[in-house]
Amino acid sequence: MANKTVTATRMELTRLKRKLVTTRRGHKLLKDKRDELMRQFLSMVRDNMALRKKVEAGLHAANKNFVLAKSTMSEEAVNVAFMTPKQEVSLEVSEKNIMSVDIPVFEYRTRTSDPNDIYSYGFAFTSSDLDDAVKSLSDLLPDMLKLAETEKACQLMAAEIEKTRRRVNALEHVIIPETEAGIKMITMKLDENERSTQIRLMKVKDMLLEDAHHYSEREA
Amino acid sequence: MYKIAIMGESDSIYGFATLGLDTFPVDDPENAQRTLRNLAEGDYAVVYITEHCAQGIQNEIERYSEQKLPAIILLPGVSGNTGDGVRNVSKSVEQAVGSDIIFGGDKE
Repeated sequence: MANKTVTATRMELTRLKRKLVTTRRGHKLLKDKRDELMRQFLSMVRDNMALRKKVEAGLHAANKNFVLAKSTMSEEAVNVAFMTPKQEVSLEVSEKNIMSVDIPVFEYRTRTSDPNDIYSYGFAFTSSDLDDAVKSLSDLLPDMLKLAETEKACQLMAAEIEKTRRRVNALEHVIIPETEAGIKMITMKLDENERSTQIRLMKVKDMLLEDAHHYSEREA
Repeated sequence: MYKIAIMGESDSIYGFATLGLDTFPVDDPENAQRTLRNLAEGDYAVVYITEHCAQGIQNEIERYSEQKLPAIILLPGVSGNTGDGVRNVSKSVEQAVGSDIIFGGDKE
């Protein structure tokens, strides 16, 4: 890790020290973000699972009704009954921001305000099972939309958590140790340079004094 | 203004037409892929797709999972529940946490 070549200069040292401070702060912030995202995600994913179970059970029941209805009516009669839908659903999409993840929020609007105005056929030629089936589906629609909202939110948040986790790990295990090693290397190198300069000066001074006073001759 | 679409085998989805959802009956994966792509580019915010129909086009569905819209939601069809929808939820937990710590225990 530390084998990255670092130029041992004071300028580089200042740069690295500054970088380390920023990295540490970024690491802390990202770690907090990850923890909070995770907390929100876990509660949301529980909701998601509960909603999904509910919707799947509801759909199962509705499908059963549809099969029953189809068994008592001819294929053509069913097709005719559903040929021109009365109801129309449109969605208004707004955004919610959870920890910098943009999550869509759906608000649905139906064309007719009466919730019972869903039967697109006269009652004369259809079986009552069909009415039940349509009613059960229509009751399920709000939950289905809620499910779409939560499930999408969960997917988006899962992706964001994965990204954040990678970043936190990269900072913690690569960038920060590398910078620390770089700083240590430069300080040691600079210290070593300083010592060697000092020794050289002392040596030069000795030589100058020797030249001036001839200590070694006098001792002899 | 966005709309809602549902695609899958026609037996599983025809009832949704009464609710005002746009139904797109598809049979083979190739057709499904093309339909899904068209829907995603159109103004559909939510696309429901039956589990059976989704099996052939996992890759295509995965492409949209990190985009904000559309939300592609798997539903069980008339032929029964394959458990793919629940598995998808577990998968996103796995992606976020690293392993499925919530639903791992209560799998059948």
